[in-house]
Amino acid sequence: MTVGMTHFLILSALLFCIGLYGLLVKRNLFSILMCIELMLNAVNINFAAFNYFLPMPDLSGQVMMIFSITVAAAEVAVGLALIFRIYHDFATVNIDKINNMKG
Amino acid sequence: MNDGIFTVMFYLAAIIAVTAAWGVIYCKNLVHSALFLALCFIAVAGLYALLNADFLAAVQIMVYAGTVVILIVLGIMMTRRVSMDRSNVMEKSSILGAAVVSLLLLVCLLLIFLNVSFVDSAVNDIQDTVGALAQLLLTHYVLAFEIAAVLLLSAMIGAIVLAKGADEK
Amino acid sequence: MEQFALTHAWLIPLVPAAAFAIIGLFLQNFHKLSAAIAILAITFGFVMSLGIAGAVFNLGITVDAPFVQRIEWIKIAGLQFDMGVIIDPLSVLMLLVVTLVSLLVQIYSVGYMKGDKGFGRFFSYMSLFSASMLGLNISINFVQMYVFWELVGLCSYLLIGFYYYRIPAREAAKKAFITTRIGDFGLLIGILLLQMLFGTVDFIQLRQVIPVYLMANGAGVLTIIGILLFMGPIGKSGQFPLHVWLPDAMEGPAPVSALIHAATMVVAGVYLVARAYFLFASLPILMNIIAWIGAFTAFFGASIAFSQHAIKRILAYSTISQLGYMMLALGVGSLTASMFHLMTHAFFKSLLFLCAGAVMHAVNEEADIFKMGGLRRKMPVVFVTMTIGVLAISGLPPFSGFFSKDAILAAAAHVSMPLYLIGIVTAFMTAFYMARLLFLVFFGESRQKEVHKVSRFMQLPLIVLAALAVVSGLGGYVYNFGDWVRFGPPVVEHMDWLLASTSTLLSLLAFVLAWNIYGSKRWSSDIIAKKLGIIYTITFNKYYIDEFYALLCRIFIDGIGKIMYFIDLYIIDGTVNAVSALVLLFSKLLSKFQTGQVQRYAAVFVCGVVILLLCTIMYLDKVNGVLAAGGAF
Repeated sequence: MTVGMTHFLILSALLFCIGLYGLLVKRNLFSILMCIELMLNAVNINFAAFNYFLPMPDLSGQVMMIFSITVAAAEVAVGLALIFRIYHDFATVNIDKINNMKG
Repeated sequence: MNDGIFTVMFYLAAIIAVTAAWGVIYCKNLVHSALFLALCFIAVAGLYALLNADFLAAVQIMVYAGTVVILIVLGIMMTRRVSMDRSNVMEKSSILGAAVVSLLLLVCLLLIFLNVSFVDSAVNDIQDTVGALAQLLLTHYVLAFEIAAVLLLSAMIGAIVLAKGADEK
Repeated sequence: MEQFALTHAWLIPLVPAAAFAIIGLFLQNFHKLSAAIAILAITFGFVMSLGIAGAVFNLGITVDAPFVQRIEWIKIAGLQFDMGVIIDPLSVLMLLVVTLVSLLVQIYSVGYMKGDKGFGRFFSYMSLFSASMLGLNISINFVQMYVFWELVGLCSYLLIGFYYYRIPAREAAKKAFITTRIGDFGLLIGILLLQMLFGTVDFIQLRQVIPVYLMANGAGVLTIIGILLFMGPIGKSGQFPLHVWLPDAMEGPAPVSALIHAATMVVAGVYLVARAYFLFASLPILMNIIAWIGAFTAFFGASIAFSQHAIKRILAYSTISQLGYMMLALGVGSLTASMFHLMTHAFFKSLLFLCAGAVMHAVNEEADIFKMGGLRRKMPVVFVTMTIGVLAISGLPPFSGFFSKDAILAAAAHVSMPLYLIGIVTAFMTAFYMARLLFLVFFGESRQKEVHKVSRFMQLPLIVLAALAVVSGLGGYVYNFGDWVRFGPPVVEHMDWLLASTSTLLSLLAFVLAWNIYGSKRWSSDIIAKKLGIIYTITFNKYYIDEFYALLCRIFIDGIGKIMYFIDLYIIDGTVNAVSALVLLFSKLLSKFQTGQVQRYAAVFVCGVVILLLCTIMYLDKVNGVLAAGGAF
């Protein structure tokens, strides 16, 4: 069976769900950030696969990936800054300890 | 590209990516997780290369595997001074719920992907991807391109302000 | 000038309203400035009213061809209300009377309220009252009139309760508000029914529509509407049986009593009937009701005034009685006589109230006339002006009351003998109790050692009003009042000399009688009171109407209240508490989900995504169809 779009989509779904699982079970903020990056990457794979396999005249999909990566970079920067801030204020990076909004 | 090589390369990269992703989750040491993340990114870069996105593959390696992971590792170093063992354990109580939710999502996604018949006969193989990308970015997507630049700038400023802390006096 | 005044009549209520806002918001503590602004505003109104009066005379504006200005106020499908100005001799008369009396009373108040902490507040309320009363006078439809009607009621409430730290004042304010509200409720329903029946509440339009309707459908429904409408005037103008608030309203300062509860606000009811006279006059049954209520109220008020001791209370019952006269005149179909009496009454009754205020001011707020006496020498100005007021209200020629009261009695005599008899007996009683008041306060030996001086601010309005009380009747008679303020064809005043001399003789008789009892003390008033026995007791206690109402309240309202209390406590409160308890329970349950843990939120979020994806799966066939058709995703 030749490798087609479905394969890539399944792979991205796998990566996405692994990232999601990590996001839900981890308590360390850095770890959560890494899992979010994983999920973003899974989405990017989809873009690349669509751009490659679907009948598309140009590289719009890849342009979307560039934007996606840009947003991801910005997100990492802000996310890390937030983590530093939280560490500064709460002296921890464990998300369980940060539940001031608890109802 | 030869179909056989394509298939082999795909499976190789896919297995590495999935394994590395699992390693990110599984490792109890945060630094190990970060390294696995880098590995995963590189494998994904390989996939991009397979998909005729060689420029994106390079960007992936530079931005993700290089910058992002390094940043994260630096961050880890700055906030954690004791031993790295067991710095990244899973929360036992939420494993079940998380697994159920994730698997549900996975099953749903797979159901969709396996039942949709994509038309994937034609293969997009533009050779000069860098040129074509530049062409697109600076013409059709120029507004989005500028906005992305502004976004990066504001993210930078925001990150600096956040990390520095608001002047509370 | 006249043209300007005519087209800018809307400024008349607006300027005092602005004065109210300015004083109320900024100048409460600047006493002199606030009084100056209030007086300036009302002076402006008076000058404008004079200009309008000139315009009415020169441009030939009559009741048949009024000058109307209107702008759209509310418009929704099937419902339109305008706001505007109606200028005809009727409204001009009211404008003149209100602005003039208001001006004089406010000047008087500068002296009367001196040193009071609420000085600024007083003038702001006075301005608001003037504004709303003037707005009421120029209203072009029932809704606009109702708005100002309620505003006037509000001012009355505020001013009766002006000394809010005194419990009787508070109670009186509440009583006035609630009692008039009973009447206003009827008025409101009447207005709504008019709107339902005719689709308009505009005076001009109703005037054209109603005769047509009467021709087609008869008077049945309209009579009911008229009765409902008349409930408003019953409450506002202190007619029996809703008169009980008016005597209590004397808890307010004397200028308030003079302006609001004698000269202007209480005649709002009379004015409403006069304004909508085209409606009332076409309903004979209603006219009868109005006439009899008026006549009865006139007699009834006078009989209570007979035996009261507090000076302002006597005047209050006298006001009720005189308002009854005005209603009687309206009921027997003489709008002219009613409005004529309204005008003269406004002058001499505000004069009497202001004099009473001056007297009470002079003798340390003593109100009992039996504890006063011999003030004639000590305050000559007040004595003279008050005497003029008493002579005017008693209907002795050539004072104003003679002409207006005579017009009413003549009108009544033409229609029904019983009504005339009640009227003439009331006239006799009026002369008697007013003479009693005069003799007890100003004659006899002096019981007061120290008498405060009456300031110039207070004297000036007294003199002006006294002059008006003398000339307004004669002036109205000579200059044919009935040519201008009328309903239907012009009324030519014929002095019916027989009727006039009868009432004059009776009044003189009453004066002699009163002099013998209270002036020279030839006959002891105590013995007479004893001989009259039960009658005296009943009138002294105002026919126990207040007690009757209190009993009614106790039986009905307390009874209903108890039932309601039970329902409220166990059924409504029970339901409400149960609902709130349920909500509390649920919210406590739900707040368990608000753990503050972001990841749990993320999990819920993903569950939502899963549901969306399940929906997509259900429509997969369609998705495939689109893809097969070559649609790009």
